[in-house]
Parts: sequence; C-alpha cells; structure tokens
Amino acid sequence: MDPSTLSSPLPRPRKGHVWGDRIFGVLVAGAGLFVIFLVFAIASILITQSRLAFDSYGLAFLIGTRWDVSHEVYGAVPFIAGTLLTSAIALAIGFPLAIGSAIFLTTEAPRWLRGPLGSVIELLAAIPSVVYGFWGLYFLGPYMRTTVEPILAKSLGWTGAFSGAATGTDVLTAGIILAIMVIPTIAAISRETLAAVPVAQREAAISLGATNWEVTRTAMVPYARSGIFGATILGLGRALGETMAVTMTIGNHDAIPTSLFSQGQTIASLIANELTNSSGPLQYSAIIYAALILLAISLLVNVAARLLLWRVLRVTGGTTE
Amino acid sequence: MNLDYRARRKLWSWVMSGLTAACAIAILIPLGDIIYQAVLLGGPVLSVSVLTSNLPQPCSPVNGIVCPVGGIGPALEGTGILVALAAAVSVPIGLAAAIFAVEYRGRFLGTAISFTADVLTGIPSVIAGVIIYAYFVIYDPLVVFSVITGTLALSVIMIPIITRTCEEALRTVPHSVREAALALGIPKWRTTLQIVLVSALPAILTGILLSVMRGAGEAAPLLFTAFGSRLGFQGFNNPIDALPLLIYNFAESPYQNWIHLAWAAALILILLILVASVLSRLAIQRMVRRMRGE
Repeated sequence: MDPSTLSSPLPRPRKGHVWGDRIFGVLVAGAGLFVIFLVFAIASILITQSRLAFDSYGLAFLIGTRWDVSHEVYGAVPFIAGTLLTSAIALAIGFPLAIGSAIFLTTEAPRWLRGPLGSVIELLAAIPSVVYGFWGLYFLGPYMRTTVEPILAKSLGWTGAFSGAATGTDVLTAGIILAIMVIPTIAAISRETLAAVPVAQREAAISLGATNWEVTRTAMVPYARSGIFGATILGLGRALGETMAVTMTIGNHDAIPTSLFSQGQTIASLIANELTNSSGPLQYSAIIYAALILLAISLLVNVAARLLLWRVLRVTGGTTE
Repeated sequence: MNLDYRARRKLWSWVMSGLTAACAIAILIPLGDIIYQAVLLGGPVLSVSVLTSNLPQPCSPVNGIVCPVGGIGPALEGTGILVALAAAVSVPIGLAAAIFAVEYRGRFLGTAISFTADVLTGIPSVIAGVIIYAYFVIYDPLVVFSVITGTLALSVIMIPIITRTCEEALRTVPHSVREAALALGIPKWRTTLQIVLVSALPAILTGILLSVMRGAGEAAPLLFTAFGSRLGFQGFNNPIDALPLLIYNFAESPYQNWIHLAWAAALILILLILVASVLSRLAIQRMVRRMRGE
C-alpha cells in the first residue's frame, strides 16, 4: 500500500506505555537475574559453610579414605566411591535398556503404540523417588537377597565383585533402583533425538536395500549419537544426586564398598542421614564439603549434557525436557 | 549355514527388533509392580477417613489386637500447604524469568538464563534442602525446621522447572501474533501479558502442574527443612509433615499400621501424578487444536 493513502498518521504512543514497558522490563529482568543468582547463592552458601573442614583437610579430604565420627576423622572417598559405583551400575544396566526402548519407540513399534508407550515412560519419570525407595526396600531388596544375589554369588563369585553375604540392602540393589530411575530420562531424550533424524537420511538407507535394523544402525544411531550421549550424561546426573531411593536401599554404611554386596553410602545418602544429627561443627562442615563436591560434579555433568543437547535439539526445534 | 546372505540379514533385523521390544517391556515391569503393590497394600487402607484422620499410635497386630488405622491427615495437609506456598513463590519468579528469556531474547542474558535454568533442574534436590538448612541454621536458627524453610526449599526446585516449561510454552506462540499486536500500537508489556501469555496459557498451566507434582513428591529437600511432625499445621514457624516424608519415616518403622499408611500415601502420590499427566495431555491437545484453528 502506498504510504500516502493512509488517512492519518499513526497515533503517538501515550506516555504511560513507555513507563509500563520500562517497569515490566525491569521486573522480568530481575526475575531472570534471580535464576542466575540462585546458582551463585547455592555455591557460596556451601563454600562458606564447608570452610572449617576445608581448613582442616584441604584437598586431602578428597583422598581421605576414612569417615570415623568417634575419632573425628573425615574423608570423602567412601562416599565418592559409593556415588560413582552406584551410578556406574545404573548406567551399565539402564543405558542398553533405555536405548533399546527408544529405538523400539521410534522405529519398531506400531504407530498406535508409540503415543501411549511414550506417556508411560514419562509417568515412570514422574514417580517420586521416595516411592521407588519404598518399593526397593520392600520388594526389590528381598528379591535380590533371596533370588538374584545367591545366583550371582554362585556363578560370578570367583570375580570377587560378588563376595560377602547377600543382604539385599547393598550397593547393587541401590544401583538397580537407580537404573530404573535413569531409564526414563535417557529413553525420553534419546527418543527425541532419534525422531529428529531427517527422513531423507532413513530413506537413503532404505533405498540402498538396508533392512530395518541396518537403517537404525547405519543411518539413525550415528546421526543421533551426540544427542544420545547427552541424554546419557543427563541420566548420569540424575543417578549421581538421587537421594531417597538410594538412602532406603544402600544400607548406609560409612566405608568404601569392597564388593557389590557391600553396604555403602553415597554423598547424597550421607547428607540425608547425617546432616541434621552431626556430632559437632567439624562433622557438619565435612558434610557440607561433601555436598559441595556433589554440587561441583553435578554442575559439571549437567553443563556438559546441556551443551551437547542444545546443539542437537535447538537446531531441529525440539525441546530438552 | 545354508541361509543366504539376504535371509541372514533379514533374520538379524528381526532378532534386533525383538530385542528392542524386549527392552521396552522390561522397563515397564518395575512400573507395573510399583503400581500393583501400591494398590494391593495401600488400596484397602484408603478411605475418606484415612485422608483426614490423625496419625495412629504405632501398632502391629499380635495376639488378636486390632490396630487403629488412623490416617495421614497431617501429611496431606502439610503437602497441600507447602506446595501451594512454594507455587505462590515460584510461579511469579519462574514465569517472569521465562518471559525475559523468550520475549527479550537475542540478548546474551536471555540465553544465559535458559541455560542456567536448564542446569539448575539437574542439580540434586537434596542440595536445595542443604542450602536452606545451612543458611537458616546460622541466620535464623529458630525457624530451621518450619513451613517457611520447607516452602523455600521446594521453591528452589520448582523455579527452574517453571522457567524452563514456561519458556517452551512461550516459544510456541508464533511471532506473527506478537508483531500484529505491536503493530496495533499495543505496548510490549501488554502484548506479552494479554496476548502472548494468554495464547500459551494451557502449556504454561501444564508446566506449573508438572512443577507442582514434582514438588509434591520431593522428600529429600524437606528432610532438613519441613522436617515432619505428628501434628498438622502449627504455624509458619513450626515443622510440618508431608506425604513423601511420611513415606520415608513410616517405611522404615517396624509397625504394621504405619507401613500400611505409607503405602496409602504412596498410592495417593501415584494417583495424583496420573491425574496430572492426563490433565496436562488434555490441555496440550486442546491448545494444539486451537492453534490449528479447529
């Protein structure tokens, strides 16, 4: 339209508009900054309150192998070991199952099944961790003690990884509960990245005569690789910090686990068990120091996962939730 | 092997299909068993009076003694209060942060906020409890275990979730809608609140619902803040119970009536999640239909 045909010039914005925009802008910017401030607030509270333990142990806390409350000796290795061991079990069991289900959901499952099955996996992610722990305590634990662990001890006992009494409340049970909990995270995001593989990519493989599985293996998985990797790291992040389910199944023993049947403690379960009933300022401070380590690990893991996923999913317009 | 090459590849493809299906079935087994056990053990206990009654004296049936059932009234009330207050704190902050990240995007800060919120959602929930506890134990030790600290701990968890989900919701609103409003001379703040926000409302409500469900199921941050209590609401400065705390505390007790109540509480949480997920699905479907102009 020719500008000259406009009957009147555009109305000038009223003064109130300018002020409204300014106030609104400041308010939402304040909220935005608050979210960033939150990270620094969390870190600074943990740093200031772990000061006492840091002054007494320094970085040697990270290699201290004993946590002995009666002698006031505190080292983080039992909990770092427990955390890494349970998370490793969780990924070793959870990763193949999650990827298998994600592939099933994107390529193999009949169309009518995909939606409902996807929702069920989301539901699995929404169940509170204390409910998983409760179930682990009453059903998985006893089942492990009476059935799974004796079999493992008999067949794989020679490796040394399955030595000791089968109690059902140990590192292995905690690891399996964690596997169940990380599966929906890994499966849901892997499924999204697999679904984001361009159709042309699949069609090219099909036109070359590839079977269903060959399409998945050669055309889809390599394309979605970094997304699947990001999803796995995100799952790892969930396993590292999971508290209630682990606290209820791991046996809560402040020592380095010597086998998968040992009772243990993760950083998170240590916090849950001992924070409010610490015997003195040094133990309290040491627990906060452990919490700081957990924060550092999970920040690192989450930043890595998000950077990977943002690159993969932002491009295709997917979401990372 | 007298199978030819093509047949072997076909067969292999079938085997792998079967394996992926087996994976999908395997991950459903624990879910099925959790729901089955919760219904089996919590279902018979569940009734209206259980929802409102006070906690019973601990008791296990020996020598024909009939145990009082009691109820989980205080915990249900506590969860309601804590989650409502935490939502009142975190919805305005989370939503405003999302508005900043989306509507004022293109700036470095907007991206930084999205990214930070994303990373915050992955921080262990127990840390939220630790920092609130650690702060109050020094600066205001009288209210360390209280409704106030419980609310704050849940807010730390809920704010980033609301920010992320609201961001995604706002991004679904087409640019042309904003441009049309601005072209009519409507100021940006009114465009955002009355047009963009309203268009994205179902998705925003879904996001809030998700964060509320997450808050309702969290026990770890409440261990050192709300702490749990045998009584109901006793004022904002006093400890309060919550369903997840009740499950944790009763699960490890030796008393049968407490354990049954814990299962009832678990069943209630599962049912709430089911209802919430159905509701959110309906809301999203309606919104998609409306955007297509049906």
